[in-house]
Amino acid sequence: MAQKAIREYDAKTILAKHWDKYFPDFTYAYETIMVQNGAELKSAASHKTWLANKPLVAKPDMLFGKRGKNGLVLFRDNKPGDVSLDKAASWIDEKSSSKQNVYFSFHGDTPEGEPKTDYLTHFIVEPFTPHEQAEEYYISATCVGDDDVLYMSAEGGMEVEENWDKVTEVKFAITETEEEIEAKIRANIPKDVADKDKEGFAKFAIGFFKAYRELNFAYLEINPFVMQGNKIELLDMVAKLDDTAGFMMTEQWGDIEYPTSFGMEEKSPEVMAIEEADSKSGASLKLTVLKPDARIWTMVAGGGASVVYADTIADLAGIEDLANYGEYSGGPTTGETQFYAETLLDLMTRSKDPQGRNKVLIIGGAIANFTDVAKTFTGIILAFEKYADKMKDVGVKIYVRRGGPNYEKGLKDIKEAADRLGLWIDVYGPETHVTDIVRMAVEA
Amino acid sequence: MAQLFTKDTQAIFWNNNTSAIQRMLDYDFVIGRKTPSVAAIVAPTGDSKFQKFFWGGDEIMVPLYKSTPEAKKAFPNADVLLNFGSFRTAYDVTMEALDLGGFKTIMITAEGIPERLARGMNAKARNLGVTVIGPATVGAIAPGAFKIANIGGTIDNIINSKLHRAGSCGLVTRSGGLFNELSNIIAINADGIAEGVAIGGDRFVGSVFIDNLLRMQDNPEVKYMLLLGEVGGTEEYKVIDAIKEGKITKPIIAWCIGTIAKYYSSGVQFGHAGASANAERETAEAKNKAMAEAGIYVPSSFNDLPNKIAEVYGKLKAEGVITEISEPVINAIPSVRKSKNFICTISDDRGDEATYAGFPISSVATPDTGKGIGDVISLLWFKKQYPKWATQFIETVIKTVADHGPAVSGAHNAKVTARAGKSVVESLVTGLLTIGPRFGGAIDGAAEHFKYADDNNLSPAEFLNHMKKLGIPIPGIGHRIKSLRNPDLRVVGLKKYAAEHFPSTPLLDYALTVEQLTTSKKDNLILNVDGTIGILMVDMWRALGYSEEEINEFISSGTLNAFFIAGRTIGFIGHVLDEKRLAMPMYRHPMDDILYQVDMAEEI
Repeated sequence: MAQKAIREYDAKTILAKHWDKYFPDFTYAYETIMVQNGAELKSAASHKTWLANKPLVAKPDMLFGKRGKNGLVLFRDNKPGDVSLDKAASWIDEKSSSKQNVYFSFHGDTPEGEPKTDYLTHFIVEPFTPHEQAEEYYISATCVGDDDVLYMSAEGGMEVEENWDKVTEVKFAITETEEEIEAKIRANIPKDVADKDKEGFAKFAIGFFKAYRELNFAYLEINPFVMQGNKIELLDMVAKLDDTAGFMMTEQWGDIEYPTSFGMEEKSPEVMAIEEADSKSGASLKLTVLKPDARIWTMVAGGGASVVYADTIADLAGIEDLANYGEYSGGPTTGETQFYAETLLDLMTRSKDPQGRNKVLIIGGAIANFTDVAKTFTGIILAFEKYADKMKDVGVKIYVRRGGPNYEKGLKDIKEAADRLGLWIDVYGPETHVTDIVRMAVEA
Repeated sequence: MAQLFTKDTQAIFWNNNTSAIQRMLDYDFVIGRKTPSVAAIVAPTGDSKFQKFFWGGDEIMVPLYKSTPEAKKAFPNADVLLNFGSFRTAYDVTMEALDLGGFKTIMITAEGIPERLARGMNAKARNLGVTVIGPATVGAIAPGAFKIANIGGTIDNIINSKLHRAGSCGLVTRSGGLFNELSNIIAINADGIAEGVAIGGDRFVGSVFIDNLLRMQDNPEVKYMLLLGEVGGTEEYKVIDAIKEGKITKPIIAWCIGTIAKYYSSGVQFGHAGASANAERETAEAKNKAMAEAGIYVPSSFNDLPNKIAEVYGKLKAEGVITEISEPVINAIPSVRKSKNFICTISDDRGDEATYAGFPISSVATPDTGKGIGDVISLLWFKKQYPKWATQFIETVIKTVADHGPAVSGAHNAKVTARAGKSVVESLVTGLLTIGPRFGGAIDGAAEHFKYADDNNLSPAEFLNHMKKLGIPIPGIGHRIKSLRNPDLRVVGLKKYAAEHFPSTPLLDYALTVEQLTTSKKDNLILNVDGTIGILMVDMWRALGYSEEEINEFISSGTLNAFFIAGRTIGFIGHVLDEKRLAMPMYRHPMDDILYQVDMAEEI
């Protein structure tokens, strides 16, 4: 996935790091900290003196919005702006001690849909900034279709979806020059921005949009930012990075982490190991575990084919039977394929099917362009050898369908290996329709 | 242009990906192309000048260049760039090619080019009217004409999937793996494809579905189209709009994969980077439904796709839109091929008579052919037929350098060896082995340094200064006894010949201005015979149309020395035969001609 969400704290850190380049006319105090518990916050007060000296605001920093409506922004103890360090620390410990319900959708202030439930693990803490509602503004940028779009509004801190008519939207083709962009932004400053702030708003928006582009953000939103003369506060931020630009942004981004969203399964060690192998390989190795106890596991070659198999399993067997989604492609080595196969076999042989049925392993793929089928199958066979006993314990039926360079040898080798190891296997080549083995497996 | 590629299309392949290139050349051979589809390879870090590939059972050489501009200059008609640079370099390679111009199509294989860069690159190409295929693609194919890299897979699969000759379907997919699969399905259920493009899996790709479908609409070989889309994006709606506006009238079969995505709210990336639905209308269901409503043939599932293809193909055939294709004869590739260890590009002894660069020996040997040793040298050394003025200059040089008496070190060595009772060849080589930087090397050096000075527009004074800084005397300047007033008649002869027969002598003209300066310092600092030969050789090659790089390469590979070696061999053999004739005894150098100063070795 090219676009990855980052924490609010990291987004602010990146902007602060390049502040003088993009916002030379403004100051930003960058008083912000991310902690995982109260003790961590308290000990940080020794070097971040503002933590003890200023009233604080605390909120979870875990990629979800609508924190206010979910009651997860601490800004008052008895009255707004009186949160002490101790209070913030105890609040963080309280909120992280048990699972919390978070609604992602609201109608007015009424939550809609089912909440996600999970532990809160990361919190961002900042000084409480007293300000007038009129000093709050909204700005964001992203790419829509082929164009970049800058959104600006004089109404900060609002529900943007509910106040779309108050947002000015400006589109920019990728080919537009610095001068064209600047002129266009200046010409489109929202009318209801206070006159005294118009020039400042324009300068800030120009710098913001430039930072968005040059720092390879895929999405960047500040809602709201507070402008008091040349002093800026970033009250709430949401950001995504284009992680394909990572190789040229190591210096600019610093050490960046891409957390899983709240309520999602934490990435298992297996998934992380596959990601690690993927990042080191010229080939592609992808794995998502959907339902570890489910019956049908897929080891499919190719990004397109893997989707077709998943579609077909959902159609024919139902979504509750699909254990994983993933693919390997781009000519992985025998070793890489073996590692990938072992990871899958390990996961699928940890428990038997609760209903006592066989498990199904779909080793599928379209007709490869250049991946040597026999070579990748050698990796799978080595994994079979290691996991044969466990596979027999659990009861695994293997269905293979593949074509491409050297496929005859690959199919013959895998059939022979499975027979030798006493594993149940059915093997098909390009004469069989690509997803037909799913039908066979489901009907069996 | 209605057709993406023709049977004459040639590509420059960026990155020496030998297996992919071999697949292209195998395909060329099978379908009976006359020219290889890869004209040249750009290998920025390689040192070789060419790469060998099989052409059927034979081998051919494809030239390697360090940069795209060099390759494009050598093959201006190669209008396809196959950019196999990594995600770090693919952007720069594409931008360089766009600036260079002359490319109609650029294919980019790398996955994960930074999105902003990809967008800029795609927009620039679009503005210039260049078709970009990819990034993150396996490529495209025009069956029976041109195939990019690995698309279609092995030759066996290509023939099974009928990708070796044009059928009637225009195929556009995102996925490269499923492209092959669909080619196979289309071959089984219809008559194969006329043109196919895998547009690439990244979020921002150059040419999108609609670009390719509009071109196929105009391509008379395409009778109907098959589009395989994916969840995410809104490109399929552009196709629907084009149908509604009447821009596309040919039948389209289409299916969007990724119907599973609806079960997972977020966080699971199915398939390619581009495959992620951000809104209801980007889901596979919504797109499949909208396409069906627009009159596109949409199957009930991917499993049902083969039936849909058979249905549409059958209908078009019944209507007479599609006619029966006669299967072409194909060339078989030998199952065992052996790479050759040696290459020869100058002569050939396989026919009735051995040839020198294509000319039977008898056609250049006897006097009535009008050919001299200069012609033979031009054929065997340069693989060209030089004009008379040049071959006669070569002969003049050979004759001029044939001998310079017994005292020079090479001749002396040959004589000493001959007197030791060694054979002609042994004696000759001892003489030849003397040839190098100090003996005979002034020809190379003069050519190199004078050319450098002339190339860099150094004034004679600047040139002298430059050589002084290098700390070496100017090669080709200076004679033991000859001077301007007492000129070396060999030099006079060479200069006279050049003045009368060379089209122009810019380097000699320059060298003479240098000589004016050097002789003003000392009378015998004249342009000597070595210098004159080296400099005139450069003038000869320039007049023959060689590029400066080629001439520099002649100099650095020692070609100028070779003229000296060839000529002086005549003289050395003369000295050796002279010794044999005289039957002189073993030579011992007189001791009184040696200064002995031998100190006791110190202990360390």
